[in-house]
Amino acid sequence: MSAASDDLRLPPQSGEWIDRSEEISFSFEGLTFTGFGGDVIASALAANGIRMLSRSFKYRRPRGILTMAGQDANTLVQLPGEPNVLADRHPIAPGLEVMGQNYTGSLKFDRGAYIERFARFLPVGFYYKTFYKPRGAWKFWEPIVRARAGLGKIDESAPHGYYDKAYDFCDVAVVGGGPAGMSAALAAAEAGAEVLLFEEHVRLGGSGTYARFAADDGDNRKRIADLIAAVEGEANIRVMTDATCNGLFVDNWLPVLKDKRLYKVRAGRVVLATGSIEQPAIFRNNDLLGVMQGSAAQRLIRQYAVKPGARALVLTANGDGYGVALDLLDAGIEVAAVADLRQDLPPCARADAVRDHGVPIHAGHTVWEALPDKHTRGVVAAHLAPVTGQGTCAPNGTFADCDLLVMSPGYTPTGQLLSHAGGKLRYDGETDMFSIAECPAGLSAAGSVNGAYALDATFAEGRHAGWAAAKELGLAVGGEPPLANDRGGHGVTHPWPIFPHPKGKDFVDFDEDLQVHDILDAIDEGYDHIELLKRFSTVGMGPSQGRHSSLATVRLAAHAKGEDVAEVGMTTSRPPFTAEKIGLLAGRGFEPERRTAMHHRHVEMGAQMMLAGLWYRPAYYGPASDRDRLTREEAVNVRDNVGIIDVSTLGGLDIRGPDAAEFLNRMYTFAYLKQPVGRSRYVLMCDDTGAIVDDGVACRFGDEHFYVTATTGGVDGVYQKMLWWNAQWRLDIDITNVTAALAGVNIAGPRSRDVLRRLCDDVDLSADAFPYMGIREGTVAGIPARLLRVGFVGELGYEIHVPASQGEALWDALLDAGAPEGIRPFGVETQRLLRLEKGHIIIGQDTDGLTHPHEAHMSWAIARKKPFFVGGRAIDIQMKRPLTRQLVGFVLPDPWAPVPEECHLTVRDGAITGRVTSAAYSPALDRIVGLAYVAPDQAENGTRFDIKIAGGALIQGDVVPLPFYDPDNTRQEM
Amino acid sequence: MKIMNCPLNGPRNISEFVCGGEVQKMPDPAIGSDADWADYVFMHDNAAGVVTEWWLHVPTAYWFIAERDTRTDEIVKTYPASELFEARVDFAKPEDAP
Repeated sequence: MSAASDDLRLPPQSGEWIDRSEEISFSFEGLTFTGFGGDVIASALAANGIRMLSRSFKYRRPRGILTMAGQDANTLVQLPGEPNVLADRHPIAPGLEVMGQNYTGSLKFDRGAYIERFARFLPVGFYYKTFYKPRGAWKFWEPIVRARAGLGKIDESAPHGYYDKAYDFCDVAVVGGGPAGMSAALAAAEAGAEVLLFEEHVRLGGSGTYARFAADDGDNRKRIADLIAAVEGEANIRVMTDATCNGLFVDNWLPVLKDKRLYKVRAGRVVLATGSIEQPAIFRNNDLLGVMQGSAAQRLIRQYAVKPGARALVLTANGDGYGVALDLLDAGIEVAAVADLRQDLPPCARADAVRDHGVPIHAGHTVWEALPDKHTRGVVAAHLAPVTGQGTCAPNGTFADCDLLVMSPGYTPTGQLLSHAGGKLRYDGETDMFSIAECPAGLSAAGSVNGAYALDATFAEGRHAGWAAAKELGLAVGGEPPLANDRGGHGVTHPWPIFPHPKGKDFVDFDEDLQVHDILDAIDEGYDHIELLKRFSTVGMGPSQGRHSSLATVRLAAHAKGEDVAEVGMTTSRPPFTAEKIGLLAGRGFEPERRTAMHHRHVEMGAQMMLAGLWYRPAYYGPASDRDRLTREEAVNVRDNVGIIDVSTLGGLDIRGPDAAEFLNRMYTFAYLKQPVGRSRYVLMCDDTGAIVDDGVACRFGDEHFYVTATTGGVDGVYQKMLWWNAQWRLDIDITNVTAALAGVNIAGPRSRDVLRRLCDDVDLSADAFPYMGIREGTVAGIPARLLRVGFVGELGYEIHVPASQGEALWDALLDAGAPEGIRPFGVETQRLLRLEKGHIIIGQDTDGLTHPHEAHMSWAIARKKPFFVGGRAIDIQMKRPLTRQLVGFVLPDPWAPVPEECHLTVRDGAITGRVTSAAYSPALDRIVGLAYVAPDQAENGTRFDIKIAGGALIQGDVVPLPFYDPDNTRQEM
Repeated sequence: MKIMNCPLNGPRNISEFVCGGEVQKMPDPAIGSDADWADYVFMHDNAAGVVTEWWLHVPTAYWFIAERDTRTDEIVKTYPASELFEARVDFAKPEDAP
């Protein structure tokens, strides 16, 4: 297949991007082709004579190369598992399987192409209109629209690749590696700045890699090559090629895409040298295969050494178009003619050189229509006509045979990043281009994005911008570099390269197949504001985001409204600059996880680990299939014998200082001023609205030292809130979050004292000397420890808090010491069951964001006589009102009823009165017990209420007093 | 990403901070009416202009004050909370309390 088209590959071009020593085979639409290393899909196919890469979104028109720069939707192709790949940017690889997009059947014979014949029934704003009229129209069109909507095919089974993110920093970031950007980078680097230079394409050089600035361009090429060498040799410059800066955010924060990595770059100063985008001309059939930008033809020749055609017609309005013609001639391509939109041609050396080649130049002419080959849909001729006015031409004209039609009527600045940062572009009637009107601080622009088109001016402006950036950063620099007088911005862009054709197909927007009359019709219908026009017509909303359509749209709108282009303005560019993969945004998962000091022991013992906030905690020990049996056994062992649980994740806050007690008195509902040293006291925290937010115990280890526990999930918020309040109160205290510094074990059960005695000889553990709610400091197994007699699970028990580094040693020592008693660990699920039997609430499970203490039977924990505590005022207000619900304990009278689940509703006469918050089978009571919110008049002991379980069935619960287990608390106080 | 200048840690990415809401004066809980209290808890000025806000540098748990223009999101200045809250606050003498 490839051999037949070998003649399309040119002899080696100076600076070409391909490596002829490497031959690569790949496939397109099932056929095998060969290209060279460095080829992109589009260049390799062009070298093989393949022009059609995809079909258009709406009319399914064959489309091919337009820009060769990845700026348009014409070259979007499908790879396995990846749609919408830019064929003019994506390198070929051995065995790469490429398919076209947007067709039914095959790219060549699209069964869906009939749609074009119905074009006149698909007016602008088609979707919006069919939504509501004629009645029922949407029902007809919806399946057709849905089947065709979207670009490419998503492969849901495609594997997630390896994507990640990196952070980078620099003094000066330069975006764009053309002559201006390289000059800026060099000037800043020479002044001592650390520079990051980002180039979107695979090599440095920008327009220097394809454009022709002079008839004899040898000096310019050498100058650019020297500049590249200087940049690459400068130690202060780091160059990233093939890297797209996809946005510019406040404080010079730049997301840069390279391969499968998203770089987040923070720069002191940013120089935008993003260049400009060559614009298409608008005439009938300006989308045929073989109609492309002048710069696209040059890129094919200079970068990929591919002949873009055999016989060309050049449509231009500036000197660059003649540079294109010269490049075509040098590549051995016949140039049929140059049509120049300008009536009066200014002196131009490049034009003279073209004329010297005997190429006819038609001043004041346009292409009125491109004519297609019926079968290939490639251009075969151009109808040239004399321009008679703005957008009009005479009916006479000539036909020029050509298989390549290149367009070079002007440029628009690549100002998207500037807009992201809040800069403004305004239309300049002098140059007929948008130019930078406002540039935010910390940012500057150089080169053609800033309207400098003369190569000398570009070099000078780049140097100046780099120098200025370094100077603003306070780096030692020499004198101010000079700027060029002639910036070359005049006469490069034609004000009206738009020639509407009565038969249409004069495309303004190739992505969305919008023609001139679509834009004008939308304006006629009243969508004459540029932002409305965009949204209604969808112009500029496709993958190329208006790079080639917005200038023409603004001009058409201005003309239709009789306004200046500057008045009409531009739609706002927003990030991202180009499509970015979700994988880049997702990156690698960096969800932090926290493990306790005993984590490995739990895993070794076969624990099922569960997440509690970021912490991993053992749920129970043994296989998941035995969950119910294991939790019951663990619970029974605690009740009858002794068990241990890792409580390291509990929050711990050390509060020290003369005002420590006063501080707690303000933060928590209870009273702490007179709390004795050596005792703990319950703490309950509310927020400003009086809702419960956390609980724990406050352990007074000294007059000026409390150790306060908090819930696993709540401690960070509690700590922040404490600091916030004391930033205002300025009490003499110090608050330290010691959660991660301490490991904790709760040893619980009637034999816990016997076990602990073997390991602790410096604390009198007898019930009289160390009673319930007492706290002590001592050593356990030689480890310095804080000992807390608490009763969360309702048995004799000790929480032992030790330095985290000793947690595993403590765990091992307790298991060893308790072996004779049959000690065994229990997990969080077992603990939840044990506390439920004791009627202890869990904040966040048995309370919600509105629960105030009285609803949860916590009135006992409120010290009413304190002058102030957080939430106290709100609780007072709430207490003046009748309760709307009440948390109660309940049992199920029916022994065969299923266990209700959390959030099953309590109902009465079809109305919701509350919900179940906890429920489980209690081994100690041999029945199902739970906590639920009910209506206040249902809260009396003995009241029977209905619970609506899964599936809608009602079961009954009976209100009983709490706690369910050991109501006299004799077991925890023994 | 925006940069915020933390009075303790210097300029840091805004993702390290959380906003704690407007600085507002708490009414005296012993004197103010229920309506005053509800207003303090639930109602905020949400002004267009320069507002004074609490901000927290989360990794170091440091609260400070920022003046920010809500129209432009410009952070006008940041400073330690002690510049606004200069003296110890007391609600009643400890011996009067339980």
